[in-house]
Amino acid sequence: MDAVGHFFHSIPFDLIVIQTVNGIVAGMILALIASGLTLIFGIMDVVNFAHGELFMLGAYMGVIVVASTGNFWLGLVASALIVAIIGAAIQIVTLRPLIGRDPLNTILATFGISLVLQNYALWQFGPVSRKIPEPISSHFTLFYLEYPWYRIVIAVLSAAIIGGFWLFLKYGKYGIWIRATAQDRVMAQAMGIPVPWVYTGVFAIGAAMAAASGVLFAPTTGVDHSMGLDWVLKAFIVVVVGGMGNLGGSIAAAIFVSLLESYAAIWMDPSQAVIVSFVVLILTLLFRPTGLFVSTPR
Amino acid sequence: MTTTTPLDKTLPLGKTGLSHSTIFWVGFCVVIAVLAAAPLMLPEFWRRFLTEVLIWGLLAMSSDLLIGYTGMISFGHSAFFGLGMYGAGAALLLVSPPNLWLAILFGLAGAAGAALFVAYFSTRLRDIYFAITTLIFSQIFYVIIFTWTNVTGGENGLIFTRPHLSIPFVYDARFTTTTMHWFVLAVVTASYLILRRVTQSPFGMVLQSIRENEPRTRAIGYPVARYKMVSVMLSGLFAGLAGVLYAVQNEFAAPNFVYFLTSGDTVIYNVIGGIGTLVGPIVGAGFFQLARELLARLFGDQFPYLIPLGLVFIVMIIFLPQGLLGFARRWLNR
Repeated sequence: MDAVGHFFHSIPFDLIVIQTVNGIVAGMILALIASGLTLIFGIMDVVNFAHGELFMLGAYMGVIVVASTGNFWLGLVASALIVAIIGAAIQIVTLRPLIGRDPLNTILATFGISLVLQNYALWQFGPVSRKIPEPISSHFTLFYLEYPWYRIVIAVLSAAIIGGFWLFLKYGKYGIWIRATAQDRVMAQAMGIPVPWVYTGVFAIGAAMAAASGVLFAPTTGVDHSMGLDWVLKAFIVVVVGGMGNLGGSIAAAIFVSLLESYAAIWMDPSQAVIVSFVVLILTLLFRPTGLFVSTPR
Repeated sequence: MTTTTPLDKTLPLGKTGLSHSTIFWVGFCVVIAVLAAAPLMLPEFWRRFLTEVLIWGLLAMSSDLLIGYTGMISFGHSAFFGLGMYGAGAALLLVSPPNLWLAILFGLAGAAGAALFVAYFSTRLRDIYFAITTLIFSQIFYVIIFTWTNVTGGENGLIFTRPHLSIPFVYDARFTTTTMHWFVLAVVTASYLILRRVTQSPFGMVLQSIRENEPRTRAIGYPVARYKMVSVMLSGLFAGLAGVLYAVQNEFAAPNFVYFLTSGDTVIYNVIGGIGTLVGPIVGAGFFQLARELLARLFGDQFPYLIPLGLVFIVMIIFLPQGLLGFARRWLNR
């Protein structure tokens, strides 16, 4: 009894609340990245290894635009547009010739793209990490912490972007094209939908979402050339745990994994807390290989 | 990979009247003789360079068993390589005097443990999922090695001394760069012959049939999952062997080598050299390392050599998915 009581006393409730907020904020950014990744996978059957690099590139574009104009929101929009164009160009040049080939070829190709982009960033911007100032500097009090409002804004904005995208998929003309292509590529083509351009568009949208999350994330820590790999790994875990190609599942999994990681960070070193998400992945693979958040087994 | 259809043309060598196996073994002996004689003529730097190319080649060759023969791309070979390295390091630090064969044994045990873990979980998945999970598993090992500072030395890694090259009761001497090269050459050659035998055995045929059509292989009645697990284990063992050799050659084990970049390089060696040929990955490793060295000499150490090499890699996937030695794939596998 005494031990149990001691255990409950040792749980720091204020810390848990703080880490819940942290986990949700991180989870929303991750959800934004992962939904681009799962969209590209679900529609094009392409595992985009370069997704983390698009995220990183978006953050750098944000750094450049914010430094020259001083306006964060302009940087956010401009960076998403620029990276969308870069993404479309990458898709046309490297992935379009691979349509119809073994999907493993596309993994290798996107892996090559990620290498080139990452090393280009290192070469162009150097190894020193850059920073964007927070656009909203006010704080609110959370127990003993002065918690920045900006982090809450990140979570809300990410949710808004994902929600807007979901509405676009559901009701927009091109959104319906995308869903039609995902359902039956040949039939969509027969109905006059330009399938190769839908692919290009999907890749561009995914790239823009990655870039937007990059810019949103940039003020909280620095921007450097290697930030992509950590996030793409987490996004891969989220996409597998949530069920490949399943948008809602990825979002749920992103928040779930991020919450677990931030709770784990109460008792562990944050660099070891990553292991928690690895464990979630292993357990998922063991018991629900199609994904935790898939309602009907496929 | 199913898309890389082997060319139907036979090599012009076939018309000379000699049998295939004669030409193959003569060619094999010539290459081995050249590689064995090379350290006697090369300066110190290039001697070490050639040895390292052979070690990277062994790592790439081990992953070719998965990519080229079983049709599974592993992005996690750095884990096996790294565990081999740290296993060798453990043996060399814990046992005194350091013993070469014990280092190999420990390294192989470490790699086998990692391979068993990865094989058990990731062979449940196919294609893309396999590639992603191997990558994530290798990162698990990286995080553990990087953060468990008391045992692994964390970021600094382990430093140890090189054991003697010893054959019990027969021979015992310090390694020189030349004997090191010969030792590595012997290990790599033996590994090549074993892997070649494996891929041509009935077991290897089943692996290739998994690559070509997994559902049909299962329908015929082969326990596909078990075959895949064994092939991951086998591949992991040879990757671990490469790790041991690298540790002995360089006298350290560092977490960088467990990081994803090593796995990425391994995949590049395979694609550039030609998957499904076993020799191709060694050629690819040589090409990659040579290009890297030349670029560094031409444009300075800071030159981002991975940009041009990455572009070459992408172009090769689109236009030449068979790699440099792809034209000889059929002939080499006969």
